[in-house]
Amino acid sequence: MWDTITNLLPLVGAALHDFLYGFLPGWLAYLLLGFIFIVILLVSILNTVLAFIWLERRGISRFQVRLGPDRVGPMGLLQPIADAVKLMTKEDIVPAGGDRAVHYLAAVLVFVPALLVFAVLPFAPGVVFADLNIGILYIIAIGSVGVIGVFMGGWASNNKYSLMGAMRAVAQMVSYEVPMVLSVIGVVMVAQSLSLEHIVQAQELPFILLQPLGFFIYFAAASAELNRTPMDLLEAESEIIAGYHVEYSGMKFALFFLAEYANALAVSIIVSTLFLGGWKLPLVPPYIALPLKIFAVFGLMLWIRSTLPRLRVDQLMGFAWKGLLPIALLNIFITGGELLIFKGYPSWLALVNIPLAALILFIWSRLFTIKIRATATSARPAPSARNV
Amino acid sequence: MELRTQPFMVNIGPQHPSTHGVFRLRVIFDGETIVDLEPVFGYLHRGLEKLGEGRTYTQCLTLTDRQDYLSAMNNNLAYVLAVEKLGGIPVPPQATQVRVLVSELQRIASHLFAIGAFINDLGAFFSPFMYMLREREKITDLFEMLCGQRLTHNFLRIGGLSHDLPPEFMPALRALIDSMPRFIDEYDQLLSDNEIIWARSKGVGVLPRDLAINASASGPVLRGSGVAWDLRQADPYLNYPQFQFDIPIGANGDAYDRFRVRLEEMRQSVRIIKQAMESLPGGPVMTPDVNLALRLPKGEAYAHVESPRGELGYYLVSDGSINPYRFKVRAPSFINLTTLRELCLGWKLADAIVILGSIDIVLGEVDR
Amino acid sequence: MPTLERVSTKETRIGAGLGILKGMLVTFKHLFRAPFTVPYPEKRLPLPRRFRGYEFVWSRERCTVCLTCAKACPHGVIRIQSRLAPPESQWQAEKFEIDIGLCIFCGLCVESCPYDAIFMGTQFELANYQRGGLVRGIEKIQYNPATSRASDYSEHPPLEPGRLLLPKQ
Ligand code: SF4
Ligand code: SF4
Repeated sequence: MWDTITNLLPLVGAALHDFLYGFLPGWLAYLLLGFIFIVILLVSILNTVLAFIWLERRGISRFQVRLGPDRVGPMGLLQPIADAVKLMTKEDIVPAGGDRAVHYLAAVLVFVPALLVFAVLPFAPGVVFADLNIGILYIIAIGSVGVIGVFMGGWASNNKYSLMGAMRAVAQMVSYEVPMVLSVIGVVMVAQSLSLEHIVQAQELPFILLQPLGFFIYFAAASAELNRTPMDLLEAESEIIAGYHVEYSGMKFALFFLAEYANALAVSIIVSTLFLGGWKLPLVPPYIALPLKIFAVFGLMLWIRSTLPRLRVDQLMGFAWKGLLPIALLNIFITGGELLIFKGYPSWLALVNIPLAALILFIWSRLFTIKIRATATSARPAPSARNV
Repeated sequence: MELRTQPFMVNIGPQHPSTHGVFRLRVIFDGETIVDLEPVFGYLHRGLEKLGEGRTYTQCLTLTDRQDYLSAMNNNLAYVLAVEKLGGIPVPPQATQVRVLVSELQRIASHLFAIGAFINDLGAFFSPFMYMLREREKITDLFEMLCGQRLTHNFLRIGGLSHDLPPEFMPALRALIDSMPRFIDEYDQLLSDNEIIWARSKGVGVLPRDLAINASASGPVLRGSGVAWDLRQADPYLNYPQFQFDIPIGANGDAYDRFRVRLEEMRQSVRIIKQAMESLPGGPVMTPDVNLALRLPKGEAYAHVESPRGELGYYLVSDGSINPYRFKVRAPSFINLTTLRELCLGWKLADAIVILGSIDIVLGEVDR
Repeated sequence: MPTLERVSTKETRIGAGLGILKGMLVTFKHLFRAPFTVPYPEKRLPLPRRFRGYEFVWSRERCTVCLTCAKACPHGVIRIQSRLAPPESQWQAEKFEIDIGLCIFCGLCVESCPYDAIFMGTQFELANYQRGGLVRGIEKIQYNPATSRASDYSEHPPLEPGRLLLPKQ
């Protein structure tokens, strides 16, 4: 009985598989099955994304002791749909002097990789669209395609703010890719596999306890990749208004918006999978355990977003190269050393690793200081604002 | 191969989320570094000084509300002080005390807004701003109780106040003042030690002491640079000498210090209000027989108060008619703004926004 | 002698994220506090008794057309035309218009009225489709026991004794 409940999703899938292969030629059944699964996946992703948007708006409003959107539907539940309808009916503007083709392409290029990531994410034991044995590599590779779209959007808009946002995007995403990959290596070393399915299986204890440093680095780097506060420099509202998508409107803007939240969903799933034990939770069936973890991770993101201000662009780079990168290397070094010494990765190492991580973070953060630079009161040679 | 690079100019504003109104900065960037900066203002110019010359002294009061709309009470106060000085009009003691109350309440409200907007400029997503607005809301509620409006109060009158305190005012004020220190502590906990706020605002936009004095900056901008100059103690008006309070000053003169000075000043204002509440003398609030079409003797007068933004002064010249001959405002945020270019040169775009936020301008006052 | 208090030090070493954690604790506490905003059209905040609002209330009986209010108005918002009414040869207002589009709700007109004839209103929803709709004539502002909601701003004696204008807070 319990087995049936926990394995509900694979069982349904298998039943569908048997049913289709029962009366259709093999190739047609294969295509049809793939199509059905893709549709199911896409629909559930987009619905979850809408739920995320709603949760973000309502959740942040609760952090800010206000009510949040409550006009459309009970508790404002239909708000994302109303927004979508509004965006679809809006005029689509391409700025004069902008590059029309690139302007279009950018929105697509941002949206598609955001969806492609979901192909390898395991939702329950045996429920994964494509069980690549190098799943993590695939995620990282696809994840870095989006930045091209962002840059194209910023460039094609023919707007100085967009251009600044695009420049920041490239600098930021490229720098944060490095610590992100390095932090995942620790997990891979412990799990001895690149396949996400195996990584989940390997977690008797969630890896957040065994790899606290890895979790911290991954989370920080991922929120930079997602451009969420405190690293939302690409669309820093108070500085460059909306950054790279300041000139987008209508459905193209909606694509950027959806991609942002689809990425947030993907990162929530990846974090749950790599560090929180994926679908595993004692006494809870996998198709409930994973959503619980996803929403917990997203809640953490909301909490951070509603508290923290934004870093400056040079500080952000400094944080990646001087802060996260050395720690990530250190993490690999420590993990490797432990693996060598203990010939495996016993669970009690969590007791060592957590204090060690706290110590490393503390010592590292003490190395940073702020320079107080005097204002230059003398006239400095500068081109006058009038002559440019 | 050598890349040819070229500085480029960006107009920040007039429509921009963090210019606090319609204000424009023409900035020349080298990458993201500011090479040159020129503030352009006047988008909100309504000619209030000139309008004042065509109105009676009482009617001018409504213009002062609209200069610095975040601290309308202080603007009212400076103006009525100038008129009373010129006309030698006495003010009953109860009115004087209530003026202290409302101007300190207004200071808290204005600083709450300033800090909230400053943290928003730093990039926080509205949470601190919302927490501050929640408290500011209570203060505007109090003002509404006093005079029926939340923003442009028009509460002070030449020779007193338009109304005495309503009976429901004192309990509400007491409740607010009792809870205020707790909230200020909470803001302190939320903001003061935050590493990101430190990284973003410490050492940013350092205004050296001598430059601050030479630019005749005032208010938290001056005190952030370590100059203990507060008109409430330097040139006391109303009955400020009766009250105990400290002047918070900064050590470095950077954006962080200006923010902290504002935070501390709210504590001091709470202290003043507590003392003023205990010693309300009672009695009438208006000198009888102040004519609506008041005629002041020929002459001139300048009265200044410490508004939340600095030294706010009104200079009136009377030629004996019912209108002021000259109605001049010394607007503190206008004068504080003059240091903006020096503060911003060499910093990044994001810092310019932070520095502008830390100066805390109100465009209604800058442009008038 | 001014007393000083330094709010910051020259310390430039940043902490270890503890400040951030402290701040996050504060936002977390706010998660459990009641929201301070209200869903406006359904729920309204109580208005204070002295509220200065829309739709002035004006009493034809009390008004002597002395024009003090029009003169006190800083923006010349009030336009009055008077005539001698035949039976008792009394000055009566023929036209008494307040252009809400220009009015700044300063209350000076109400305060200055020597005959307590004009009151501030208690409404604040002044949206209108036409500019002309903002000019409120006699028929709109004249006191009508059924619809007029005057505010207590001026502390004039109420037009109907015993009728409280807004509930006391
Ligand atoms: S001041 Fe009063 S009495 Fe005189 S015209 Fe105006 S409303 Fe009538
Ligand atoms: S409230 Fe002020 S602006 Fe409006 S009509 Fe009366 S005096 Fe004029």
